Amino acid sequence: MYPAEFDYHRPGSVADAIKLLQDNPEAKLLAGGHSLLPVMKLRLAQPTALIDISSLSELSGVSEDGDALVIGANTTYHDLMNSSVIKNKLPVLAEASDLVGDVQVRNKGTIGGAAAHADPASDLPAVLLALNAEFKTVGPSGEKTHKATDFFVDMFTTTLEPEEVLTEIRIPDVSSVASATYLKFAHPASGYAIVGIAAVKTGSGEVRAAVTGSVPIAVRLSAVESEISGKDLSDDNIAAAAEKATEGMDFVGDIHASDEYRAHLTKVYTKRALKKIAG
Amino acid sequence: MKHEITVTVNGTKHTAEVESRALLVHFIRDVLNLTGTHIGCDTSQCGACTLLLNGQAVKSCTILAAQVDGKEITTIEGLATDGNLHPVQEGFWQEHGLQCGFCTPGMIMSSVDLLGRIPNPDEQQIRHNLEGNLCRCTGYQNIVKSVQFASKKMSGAAGDD
Ligand SMILES: Cc1cc2nc3c(=O)[nH]c(=O)nc-3n(C[C@H](O)[C@H](O)[C@H](O)COP(=O)(O)OP(=O)(O)OC[C@H]3O[C@@H](n4cnc5c(N)ncnc54)[C@H](O)[C@@H]3O)c2cc1C
Ligand code: FES
Ligand code: FES
Repeated sequence: MYPAEFDYHRPGSVADAIKLLQDNPEAKLLAGGHSLLPVMKLRLAQPTALIDISSLSELSGVSEDGDALVIGANTTYHDLMNSSVIKNKLPVLAEASDLVGDVQVRNKGTIGGAAAHADPASDLPAVLLALNAEFKTVGPSGEKTHKATDFFVDMFTTTLEPEEVLTEIRIPDVSSVASATYLKFAHPASGYAIVGIAAVKTGSGEVRAAVTGSVPIAVRLSAVESEISGKDLSDDNIAAAAEKATEGMDFVGDIHASDEYRAHLTKVYTKRALKKIAG
Repeated sequence: MKHEITVTVNGTKHTAEVESRALLVHFIRDVLNLTGTHIGCDTSQCGACTLLLNGQAVKSCTILAAQVDGKEITTIEGLATDGNLHPVQEGFWQEHGLQCGFCTPGMIMSSVDLLGRIPNPDEQQIRHNLEGNLCRCTGYQNIVKSVQFASKKMSGAAGDD
């Protein structure tokens, strides 16, 4: 299966990529290509040009900046799993990456592509929400930083403008994370999340949790958070908080799992995730 | 739109013109005539098209030929040296890791990637790392045994078994 025809460009810098985006209104950026190329082959997307940013070294690598971790948009799942900084400081990102797709997908797919694509069944968005990640974008009007809670807007929709490039993802206050987990109920054939729950406990007793897969777009479980934060993570408190996981939420249903079933799984996995971070 | 790419495949440098939308698997099969790399699903699921790109297992039906300019590729045809099978190929032979053989080239390339990262994987690690390769015949039991055979053989050769 061939995609529809398009022009292929490989710019040498982010600035050149932005220029190409301005000159080609129907163009798309290409990172790992593991969300974009499959839909292009099915002709569900027909961009007139692809702007390949996958070899831009300014977008790759994981580094520390004070108490923050800075992850370049081009960092693949494989790189996240093998980064000694991630393994030491924030192993949850490596563990969650290991649950994505399969080896071949993890060798190509990038954290920036996953965030920008905002697939409702994508894993890392939930983890990034629970970690309070910040998203740095660059476009014709300069640089912007978005909080994760603002960045993910809806199914396949983020705050990214068509002429902007997501350049890095920043995890602030890494040392405040006392424990963190990501649990996933995967579709047995596709491997995508039917439900995925990320949970983080900070040293000061704050709990943050987020859900993906069962909802139109990954989102924080704020009712759960306010129920549990500051309390000790006893079995009773966890059970009460997990009951709130469906409060004020819309669930998606399809041939794989009904909305009711997904709502149920969301509670079950929230409970398991909270138990896990309770230790 | 056409692009000139230079790519090293199984140790040999090739320069060719490719269309923007040409997939890597078509370049490998139709231009280089290396038909050991198979097309199964053509939808990124089955792994029959797996080859090594700069040493990493990837699905060549989900990569553009234009993207591999300057890179190194190993296909199933590049594994044997001087007529001797690669230990993973030998493992699939010895342990009956194939029936129809359609999935086998991809399965072997993913196993090579796996053993490069984890030289002595346990069964669970083998299954987890081959999730991107589907086999409709074997039921995977003998594939696991084939990888275990190769793992033993390769670590034996390295002298640390
Ligand atoms: C068989 C298979 C199984 C999978 N299983 C899972 C799974 O279990 N869980 C999961 O989470 N995902 C899964 N995925 C999706 C995979 O993780 C994708 O690789 C990832 O979601 C997208 O990253 P990419 O680098 O491939 O992005 P691309 O496909 O290159 O791009 C995706 C979109 O993001 C845009 N984009 C990319 N980079 C940037 C940037 N820096 N700035 C702005 N826009 C950008 C592109 O223009 C495009 O619109 C699977 C994919 C496949 C093929
Ligand atoms: S043909 Fe590429 S994954 Fe099936
Ligand atoms: S041996 Fe037939 S598909 Fe694997």
